[in-house]
Amino acid sequence: MKPVEMVAPATGALELEIMGMSKRFGDVVALDDVSLHIPAGGFHALLGENGAGKSTLVKCLVGFYTADQGTVLVDNREVQIANPKDASQLGIGMVYQHFTLVPSMTVAENLVVARGALPAFINWHEERARLSDFMATLPFKIPLDKPAGSLAAGEKQKVEIIKQLYLQRRLLILDEPTSVLTPDEADEALGLVGDLARQKLLTVLIITHKFREVTAYADAVTVLRRGRFAGSGALPELTIEHMAEMMVGSPVAQDVAPRTQHTPVADVPPRLLIDQLCAQGDHGLPVLRGVNLSVRPGEILGIAGVSGNGQKALVEVLTGQRGKTGGTVLVNGLPYSGRRKEQTLNKVYSLPEEPLRNACVASLSVAHNMSLRNYDKPPLARWGWISQRAMRKQANGYVETFRVKTPGIDARIQTLSGGNVQRAVLARELSHPVELLIVANPVFGLDFNAVAETHARLLAARNAGAAVLLVSEDLDELLELADRIAVMSDGRIVFETPAEKADVRELGHYMAGGHEETEVMQ
Amino acid sequence: MVAVDGLGWWGVPLAIFAGAIRVSTPYLLVSLGECITEKSGRINLGLEGVLIMGAMAGYGTSLATGSAWAGVLAAGLVGALLGLLHGLLCSLRRVNDIAIGISIMLFGTGLAFFLGKPLVQPQAPMLNAIPFGFWSSSPQIQSALQINPLFLIGIVLAVVLHYAFRYTRWGMQLRIVGDSADAALALGLRVLPTRILATVIGGFLAGVGGAFLSLYYPGSWNEGLSSGQGIIAVALVIFARWEPLRCLWASLLFGGAGALGPALQAMGITSGYYLFNAAPYVLTLGILIATGSPSRTLAGAPGELSLVRN
Repeated sequence: MKPVEMVAPATGALELEIMGMSKRFGDVVALDDVSLHIPAGGFHALLGENGAGKSTLVKCLVGFYTADQGTVLVDNREVQIANPKDASQLGIGMVYQHFTLVPSMTVAENLVVARGALPAFINWHEERARLSDFMATLPFKIPLDKPAGSLAAGEKQKVEIIKQLYLQRRLLILDEPTSVLTPDEADEALGLVGDLARQKLLTVLIITHKFREVTAYADAVTVLRRGRFAGSGALPELTIEHMAEMMVGSPVAQDVAPRTQHTPVADVPPRLLIDQLCAQGDHGLPVLRGVNLSVRPGEILGIAGVSGNGQKALVEVLTGQRGKTGGTVLVNGLPYSGRRKEQTLNKVYSLPEEPLRNACVASLSVAHNMSLRNYDKPPLARWGWISQRAMRKQANGYVETFRVKTPGIDARIQTLSGGNVQRAVLARELSHPVELLIVANPVFGLDFNAVAETHARLLAARNAGAAVLLVSEDLDELLELADRIAVMSDGRIVFETPAEKADVRELGHYMAGGHEETEVMQ
Repeated sequence: MVAVDGLGWWGVPLAIFAGAIRVSTPYLLVSLGECITEKSGRINLGLEGVLIMGAMAGYGTSLATGSAWAGVLAAGLVGALLGLLHGLLCSLRRVNDIAIGISIMLFGTGLAFFLGKPLVQPQAPMLNAIPFGFWSSSPQIQSALQINPLFLIGIVLAVVLHYAFRYTRWGMQLRIVGDSADAALALGLRVLPTRILATVIGGFLAGVGGAFLSLYYPGSWNEGLSSGQGIIAVALVIFARWEPLRCLWASLLFGGAGALGPALQAMGITSGYYLFNAAPYVLTLGILIATGSPSRTLAGAPGELSLVRN
């Protein structure tokens, strides 16, 4: 790597030790006496279920929160980290779960402002030259002149990591960095970070739910449970089963719903038929350029693809959030445009990504959100009047059946954790007979148990005869659940295969836009 | 009445040009100030009140000191104070900037009318224009090229801001704060002080815009002085997509539309005078409809603006 102007006074990986860190929020103990040691150049994984205190721990470490108790040692010297600036001065950087890029600024501007100590006047010529030199050392390609807001989630996450590398951090904290990346992208990103760690240029602390990444990259693991230390160990000695056990506190049932053998789908007419569907993105550019696909009852069609190739728009058209500009969508043979009436008639339900944003009204209560599908129908409504009692009864039923952890059904849904928002939406969408289910990245940011549970529910819906369209950026998820897999690239379906014949390498080839080459060669 | 002397119907575009510059100056100053404020993630709807307070304070100071420029400075300072008030109030938790803006608008207007009662009669010293038309013998050209220094300052400011947003640390920090408070915090920037400062600067410029009204064109103090320029300037910033140079063009366009009625009247066309005077408002509506789209998001909007935040 070419040398870039230094920010931190010292260079190379740092040694980190956290001793007895505690943090309370009001009455809630988020972190209770947690200690952790990472040698210089270590690649340490922090595991735990949602709400186990992982994020609190790292936020204390980077100065977003101030710990109530505990000491932090960097290179065996005690340090005070009162705010993110202190942390960055020490060379500690973090890639957050949510993106911290400035949306309307270009990638180049984002990288430059991240350097912190900006000159009063910015010489863009010089900055560009420095950036290009730096980018040349990376295995990624990122368009420097695109506004960050227009990048897909996967690309944004790459920019976040690149930003930290550009700042030459000595300790990099990654908070679920790969939840929006394809396996290949994840390997690219973590591979680079891992190489730097091995060369003792960087110490890494990663929060992740993916055991594959832990076993492939980490050299040690610390597990938290309910804010407390629940175990630790070195890799590769520690097994996945052992880690999972420490996380949930008891042996985990291996597979909640084993993949049922693929039942050949009878030759019935498709429930969802999409022909030459076109749509425009937020900026008026075409994002869907003639999508053709069909889903029959009782099958899961998986849509694979690198984020930003039109999957999001496809889901938005099908859930009624985006208008189409061309083509036809037929559900049960009838034209469908995503209106509430059509959804009710054809029993179309959906589980969009970011459910808090796309499937909930964040400031309404859990009970209200759970009745969004049927508040105007009996038994909830009679003669246009909504019965609060029926609504509460339904909500209480859902909370119990789907084990939604909430302070109560009157709590605003935005106060729930991601996994529990997901459960609440699942409850609303899957408690009635479903004919067509539209699902997008359903396990983004969910913990181990919630993932298994969500997957089991999707399979159950499929087995009950629903046609399921599953859009996912996680290839492993598609291979596990789908009956057929289609690859979306540049707004089109470019490849389709039965799941049992799917070859990861081949899928990856098409996901990376390989179809264009192939077409030329043929 | 037929147009006198050599220019004939050429007098209409000339009068519109001259009028555009005169009428656009307050739009320009207010919209540049609001552009700064909105880039920081706040919207100050109170600029109409700030403008009128500035006009009153500027007129009063000019009257008291005998110096019109002292009046301009006083107007700016009063505007800055009102901006500070807005900035501070909005920094309280759960205070909405739009609601505060509307109260500042009503407060500023009311206070200016109350304090300005004794200023309606006396004649204060006015700002002098620079006679750029000295080379011409035509009195129309001479009068059309009487350009007020505040307009020139506005042009320079628009160009400076255009580059400052991209090429200076100050500009970048302002944009970061306005676009993503999370990102700003992660970079260790101070969000609230930046926003307060941006609102103060916005208030200063709006106050100066008010002084232009009372000390140059129309050049008097009365309660009908502003016809919503402060509010139109806020809409203008949105129309200009938060770009200072586009604020300049948009101000000129609105100024030109506002000068249409008087220019035609000067040529003797009096029918539909009030209709032509409505031109800026029709233009506002027309442009917003033409450039808006239900399927596209507002491009270029600072992400933290309560207008676009979801």
